[in-house]
Amino acid sequence: MTEKPKIALYWCSSCGGCEESVVDLAEDLLTVAAAVDIVFWPVAMDFKYKDVVAMNDGQLAATLINGAIRMGEQEHMAKILRKKSRLLIAHGSCAHLGGVVGLANFYPREALLNRVYQEVPTINNPRGILPQLEAMDSGRKVTLPDFHDTVKALDQVVEVDYYIPGCPPTPELIKEAIMMVLEDRLLPKGSVLADKKALCDTCPRRDSKPDKLRITEFKRVYETAWDPTKCFLEEGIVCLGPATRGGCAARCINANMPCRGCFGPTENVRDQGAKSSSFLASIIDMTDEEALKKAADSIPDPGGLFYRYGLASSILRGKLTPKRS
Amino acid sequence: MRGFEPKILGFLCNWCSYEGADAAGRSRTAYPANLRVVRVMCSGRVDPQFILEAFKEGADGVMILGCHPGDCHYKEGNLQALKRYGLIKRVLRQFGIEEDRLRLDWISASEGDKFVQVVSDMTERMRQLGPLPR
Repeated sequence: MTEKPKIALYWCSSCGGCEESVVDLAEDLLTVAAAVDIVFWPVAMDFKYKDVVAMNDGQLAATLINGAIRMGEQEHMAKILRKKSRLLIAHGSCAHLGGVVGLANFYPREALLNRVYQEVPTINNPRGILPQLEAMDSGRKVTLPDFHDTVKALDQVVEVDYYIPGCPPTPELIKEAIMMVLEDRLLPKGSVLADKKALCDTCPRRDSKPDKLRITEFKRVYETAWDPTKCFLEEGIVCLGPATRGGCAARCINANMPCRGCFGPTENVRDQGAKSSSFLASIIDMTDEEALKKAADSIPDPGGLFYRYGLASSILRGKLTPKRS
Repeated sequence: MRGFEPKILGFLCNWCSYEGADAAGRSRTAYPANLRVVRVMCSGRVDPQFILEAFKEGADGVMILGCHPGDCHYKEGNLQALKRYGLIKRVLRQFGIEEDRLRLDWISASEGDKFVQVVSDMTERMRQLGPLPR
């Protein structure tokens, strides 16, 4: 019997949702498991770090890494897995674009550590101790990986062959990515394994969108009741569909919620947040400066909204500070 | 901050503001050499990505200069620029870029003096703010 292709799955700075999306393959997981050998998957199976280090370079057919790169340990593992794998696939928004965790780039490292370890009301840390790379505990030296000053997408630390977008990706996209590798019908390197066009192109509410959208203020979903058959933008609700890659099967729209942009920018766009602010501003139906300011101010956190999944891979990558590497 | 000379990138519309800059030149009026000009067909052509890219690549300030409202060669391109300006300025603030580092103004083809004034003001303001950290 010929040997089955070997596959690894790894997680970095992530919430676990991408792992869940693999489990969501349900019965298809059995098909995948029958076709491949999963040789490393810390969240589900008991393999050790040394097992990976002992592998030959290029021994793995493919590795799916989810999560952003925030800690030294994650960068280290990404580099090892890159060497051991013939194909490296960024799995989910965080690995693809930096994801929600990338929003930390709006704050300096010190502010984050102070907030989490000293300022939050529930913390009890009278000596104000922050995480250390090394410390002595009962006469033994214990170590922690370092906490980088910038959250990075996977391709900002290693070469990535393919991207599966989404927070989390649909099981269909994951299955298709794995089958693509198994059946050796590879797309050009660097491909994002989803649609090329914007979500609006396949939106189930597409036909309800008027030729020209004209709104006077932006509403948040809790502030209004809306017609569940109509384009969200027509109702003044921010939907990032026009600036977001399609291929998600419009899961949020079908659940009657507007798009938040997790599939990242469309094929020819570099900065999803810039494009989002651009199209949203252009549908405001006013030109009086005071009124425009009011309309713009009706979005309380434009940066956090437009860059919810892509701050780390945006043009500026985060708040400008002299130190950001 | 001694010796700091800000770099300012200006997107000037072909029909009014670029002509306005020419008018300043024709009348031999001097203006600060801090401005680097990119001619665009319309201020409405200025994609917010251009602005972010400019700040990333070394600009301390960015100016968008277009026709006065009502004078746009494409009817309302300058108004699109105005709408985007309001929103992108708020986004820039979250990136740690002061609002004054992005300026939108209207310069007609005959307003050579206003062009000089606007560029001088902007340069002076950038000198006060100092270099953009990156």
